[in-house]
Amino acid sequence: MKIEKEMTCIVCPNGCRLEIIYEDTLTVKNALCPKGVEYARNELMNPVRYLTSTVRVSGGVLPLVSVRSNKPVPKDKLIEIVQFLKNIELKAPVHFHQLVCKDVLGTGADIVATRKVIKK
Amino acid sequence: MILEKDVVIIGAGPAGLAAAVELAKNGVKDIVVIEREPFAGGILNQCIHDGFGVIKFNEVLTGPEYAQRYIDEAEKLGVEIMTSSMAIDINRDKEVTVIGSKGIIVFKAKAVILAMGCRERTRGAIGIPGTRPAGIFTAGVAQNFVNVKNIMIGKRIVILGSGDIGLIMARRLTLEGAEVIAVVEKMPYSNGLARNVTQCLEDYGIPLLLSHTVVNIEGRERLKSVTVAKVDDKGEPIRGTSKKFDCDTLILSVGLIPENELTKDAGIDMDEVTQGALVDENLQTSIEGVFACGNVLHVHDLVDHVSNEAEKAAKSVLRYLETKCENGQRVKVKAGKGIRYVIPHTISGKKDVTFSMRVDRQWTDIKLTFLNGSNPIKSFKYKKLNPSEMVVVNLKASELKDVESLEVAIDED
Repeated sequence: MKIEKEMTCIVCPNGCRLEIIYEDTLTVKNALCPKGVEYARNELMNPVRYLTSTVRVSGGVLPLVSVRSNKPVPKDKLIEIVQFLKNIELKAPVHFHQLVCKDVLGTGADIVATRKVIKK
Repeated sequence: MILEKDVVIIGAGPAGLAAAVELAKNGVKDIVVIEREPFAGGILNQCIHDGFGVIKFNEVLTGPEYAQRYIDEAEKLGVEIMTSSMAIDINRDKEVTVIGSKGIIVFKAKAVILAMGCRERTRGAIGIPGTRPAGIFTAGVAQNFVNVKNIMIGKRIVILGSGDIGLIMARRLTLEGAEVIAVVEKMPYSNGLARNVTQCLEDYGIPLLLSHTVVNIEGRERLKSVTVAKVDDKGEPIRGTSKKFDCDTLILSVGLIPENELTKDAGIDMDEVTQGALVDENLQTSIEGVFACGNVLHVHDLVDHVSNEAEKAAKSVLRYLETKCENGQRVKVKAGKGIRYVIPHTISGKKDVTFSMRVDRQWTDIKLTFLNGSNPIKSFKYKKLNPSEMVVVNLKASELKDVESLEVAIDED
């Protein structure tokens, strides 16, 4: 089976327009750096994205703390994870890079806070 | 109360923080950063998505993480950041009046760095006809409600304008469970980064309607529908192409304006195109010792460029505090064919210069040429240039030596 397609690399702001040919081996054209090749491979086999969202905080100066996954998660799990994170409520203070949820929905990725929220 | 300071920085967003850190690292510690919000970090705090810092740190950071880096460093270096305090006046003597919880303070500074950032264009600025119901937000306000204040803004959403904040919000609101019906863009191309079209719209199957605009808004108390029509190449709606979308929310991502009320009140000379101050290659404004950097000077698309520009302003301030900047012969820099604006506005021809500019429309397979009179000095080749992507190029002092008039232009051959 031969796959030919174009895609925009999302690794950096350059946004290289990649040309991909896959037939036994993968050929990636127009990538300005090796990360583009890795991105194209992932997009074909198992598309992944970093997840960012927010989690509720009680007793803090802010009602929410921003969070991220510490590694990319499968693209088709993003909405499910964000909805799952709505069930979590942290108590202030929340520290910078505090662990919020380990191995979220079995993806192997941890959710960590990306800012601190001090007590009210 | 008048307090003397070496440097007063207005704004503790990415520009103000980077400038403060650069100054403190170089031994200038008598600094104060004035911030009207209760936290330092500026707009980065609500930009919870990632993608920041790729150019500067070769790392992928979220907005709050990027801010925290600079806040930590500023704290470590003992920089004073006055939060919940607003600068309400600057004058030619570099006196900055600040109002805050301690009352009114006047800082008398040897140098001032303007780093107030920008604000959003609103419905009024683009004049959409129709009623005035609730449910119409600018993208940044929507982002603040959803990401910081825990207020969900709507269920069925249309976004007008494909700037990066609009694209980012399309994804964010989809993840939060809202239905984003479409992103509507008047131009025939997206105004955001290509990667944001991919990861914010295509990933979620959100349609991007290019060459379309909103021509009517309906609803009494809450927004009920918007009407969208195709536009011709002059941007005028085409009769018979309109379509009504039922929705409860309209988000506007239609551009940013540098926030320069303080600058104008101080009598600083302005650029009508950028709506920022006129600056020389040191990023010094028309008032000696007052410098500008970041989005208050011109709107950037990447924070990494803001930080770099702020560091450059800080380096100029260091030189100014030591020797004052030499006010010798100044050569004007002209934005020629295809170039909407170029920063700086003047150069001395004696220093290496970083030029930041934007093109006036989409250009493909062209050269960007610097000319001394009609003689080309240097050219840069580009496959594609978009108005939404800021171009940054460096020229060496040796290349700018003996320049009598400098022009940057698009060269099609």
